[in-house]
Amino acid sequence: MTDALTKFANEGIGKTLTTKLGLPRPALLRRYKDGQDLIEGQAAVGAIGSGMVAKSATAIIKASGADVVAAQADSTYADKLAAVVFDASAARGLDDLEQLRGALGPALKALGKNGRLVVIGTPPAELTDPEAAATQQALEGITRSLGKEMRAGGTANLLWVALEAQGDSAVLAAPLRFFLSSRSAYVSGQPVLVREGEVPDVDDWHKPLLGETAVITGAARGIGAEIAKVFARAGAKVIAVDIPAAGDSLSKVANNIGATALQLDVTAADAGERIAAAVAQQGGGLDIIVHNAGITRDKLFVNTDEARWGSVLNVNLQSQFRINKVLLDPKVKGGLKDGGRIIGVASISGIGGNRGQSNYAASKAGVIGMVRSLSQELAARRITVNAVAPGFIETEMTAKIPVATREVGRRLNSLLQGGQPIDVGEAIAFFAEPGSAGVTGQVLRVCGQSQLGA
Amino acid sequence: MTTRDVVIVGGNRIPFARSGGKYLKASNQDMLTAAIDGLVSRFGLQGERLGEVAAGAVIKHARDFNLTREAVLGSHLAPTTPAYDVQQACGTGLETAILVANKIALGQIDSGIAAGSDTTSDAPLALNDNLRKTLMEVNYAKTPQQRLKALTKIRPTQLAPEQPENSEPRTGLSMGEHQALTAAEWGITREAQDELTLRSHQNLSAAYDRGFFDDLVTPYLGLTKDQNMRGDTSLEKLAKLKPVYGKSGDNPTMTAGNSTPLTDGAAAVLLSTKEWATERNLPILARFVDAETAAVDYVNGDEGLLMAPAYAVPRLLARNNLTLQDFDFYEIHEAFASTVLATLAAWESEEFCKGKLGLDAPLGSIDRAKLNVNGSSLAAGHPFAATGGRIVASLAKQLHEKGSGRGLISICAAGGQGVVAILEATK
Repeated sequence: MTDALTKFANEGIGKTLTTKLGLPRPALLRRYKDGQDLIEGQAAVGAIGSGMVAKSATAIIKASGADVVAAQADSTYADKLAAVVFDASAARGLDDLEQLRGALGPALKALGKNGRLVVIGTPPAELTDPEAAATQQALEGITRSLGKEMRAGGTANLLWVALEAQGDSAVLAAPLRFFLSSRSAYVSGQPVLVREGEVPDVDDWHKPLLGETAVITGAARGIGAEIAKVFARAGAKVIAVDIPAAGDSLSKVANNIGATALQLDVTAADAGERIAAAVAQQGGGLDIIVHNAGITRDKLFVNTDEARWGSVLNVNLQSQFRINKVLLDPKVKGGLKDGGRIIGVASISGIGGNRGQSNYAASKAGVIGMVRSLSQELAARRITVNAVAPGFIETEMTAKIPVATREVGRRLNSLLQGGQPIDVGEAIAFFAEPGSAGVTGQVLRVCGQSQLGA
Repeated sequence: MTTRDVVIVGGNRIPFARSGGKYLKASNQDMLTAAIDGLVSRFGLQGERLGEVAAGAVIKHARDFNLTREAVLGSHLAPTTPAYDVQQACGTGLETAILVANKIALGQIDSGIAAGSDTTSDAPLALNDNLRKTLMEVNYAKTPQQRLKALTKIRPTQLAPEQPENSEPRTGLSMGEHQALTAAEWGITREAQDELTLRSHQNLSAAYDRGFFDDLVTPYLGLTKDQNMRGDTSLEKLAKLKPVYGKSGDNPTMTAGNSTPLTDGAAAVLLSTKEWATERNLPILARFVDAETAAVDYVNGDEGLLMAPAYAVPRLLARNNLTLQDFDFYEIHEAFASTVLATLAAWESEEFCKGKLGLDAPLGSIDRAKLNVNGSSLAAGHPFAATGGRIVASLAKQLHEKGSGRGLISICAAGGQGVVAILEATK
């Protein structure tokens, strides 16, 4: 699965050559294996001011079994660091940021391979003072820049923790753990907002979806199949959905992970009812729906006919509305429970647009719009609605892109490589965790901090 | 002794392919495994130990002596699931369902899969019988001299392999030729056969269109629907086909259109007790009520080769205190269009019902709108041992959709045999 350059640059003569010539060297990214420790080594935690969130972060990291040291301007590190967490949520003036600069410098120098930086801030919109808001907004610029400066598979991400949630360690755990872990291998330079939420106790962080029933559409191949795998690994009872014509591979996916296969066209008028019936048959309601099914019918806009336009919008977006309508009806047996999760799949095409993809970009931007609106509508029922926006992911589909275009897509990001389908699966599984109850209305890019669509 | 209710949880088959078509390289074991695995994924049976799997194939290699068990071992079922092979010509698939159902009813097992597979693309070619006898002689020879002497008996003509034949060993007539005799005897017209054929294609095609097969069929080797299906065929197109059987007669009526083609495929059905299904949150589509088999003496010309179901059904009706009209669906296997029509004609005939069945009155006619409502073998094709599983699963789903009622299955088989059964909707 690793692309040729990444392989070459990490083995034998290729490694020597690329280093000596100063060529870009994509790192072999650490990825999650069942039972893997949160981080390999110690973490440094620093803060501006008293660091209320830093205390929570320290407790979360220690609970995972890793050691925590203080990240200060005068800190020296005997061992390589696996992660750095910096709580800047108390920064209110531009001068405060000097503390961040001073403390992060030595820590980032000590960061080992596949290192993690997580910056914590207060959402600027919650601050009335313009300088305070500017100071907090500055954190995004800093984090995105540091994402581009990270080496050897390192990532930098930003957690905006709402004021109401800053004293709550429980609501921070799942998002912080996601960004610290190898599950976020291909996520860098991204902000995620964490609000208050009802978070249940987690018994086993390696099985965060234990006992959850999840429906995943488009699960027969590619990214969908990988999402299903990640969900099954995390303990979910998976109902894997795909069109009847893809039933052959759908059956194989289901059998390999102990899921059930539901052959169904998501655009069918009764798709929602049939999904609900399948869930009800298994006893109980639905905890998670992942709307992953999608198609492309690429053509320049002026050459796009009604069929190409309509089918993409219908499969990628309209079908979700129809299915959600049924699943969100409290009277429907097998519908989405209160406290459930809806997860969509957007795309960086939907953020930055893409030549020849006006229909696809419309549908994917539409997913983002839906996430933002529906998350507010369903907040009272504690249902979270989020989406991932994959960048260049190595799939059968992207393998068909002409080589030059493919290489651009693949290399033009901070990690100098394409992502794997599992990276998208991990991000979706993060949104699906009951522990992510404080995360809603968010669109998380899984793009290695791609400059496309940025 | 009390018996337990047997229910049908669901079924799965692969699309049926025309012989020499998409499944040319697939073996019976490959197809049977695919059919079982599709059932496993549909109902989340991975790692489950079932009471048993009974399946068979009519055209079978000697190496497939344990076909079903090998398929189970290659599937995602628990390897501790026992399995055995059954062979009763075209009745194999339904017979496996009867065997599994009976064991469940008796309390010997709680669950089981009944299945069947057949391929005429991967048919075994046997050694020429004369060559085989010579080689056996060589094998048993005690001295090199004897061995050499035996080997000199080999003749070039013996090198041609023995082809599997679609003919009755005792009459030398092919099944089509036998049926042509029956069709003529009952005066079944070409038009009536073509009309039945057309309806089979239209019904099957409509069933696909409305998603009826979404949870009954899993694509295989690039085939997503039955390859033989011609949803756009017409009476005009069918009328153009030349007769292929009974050509020595005055008015041959049977064509490649109104006869089933050789087909490859496999089908499987999951049966269990109500409790077993409920405990696992599995659906219950219908109840397997009762079954009957019959055989006729076609060798001495008493009866047509494929007329045995006409005898089996009245016996089944009598035992269950039912009349032929007490059904909401009739699934009469379309070996040939004329088989279905001759069977219906026989039940309507006073002479047949009184003379041959010993009844007081004819069984009467059926409402044709209830016959093979989602298509049958003429359109879907007929991989011999897979047909029973196709019909049982489809009928069970029809009954489940209707929510009430009863269905009759009738399958004719080589050797002058017939296998029939009753399913009933569960409330």
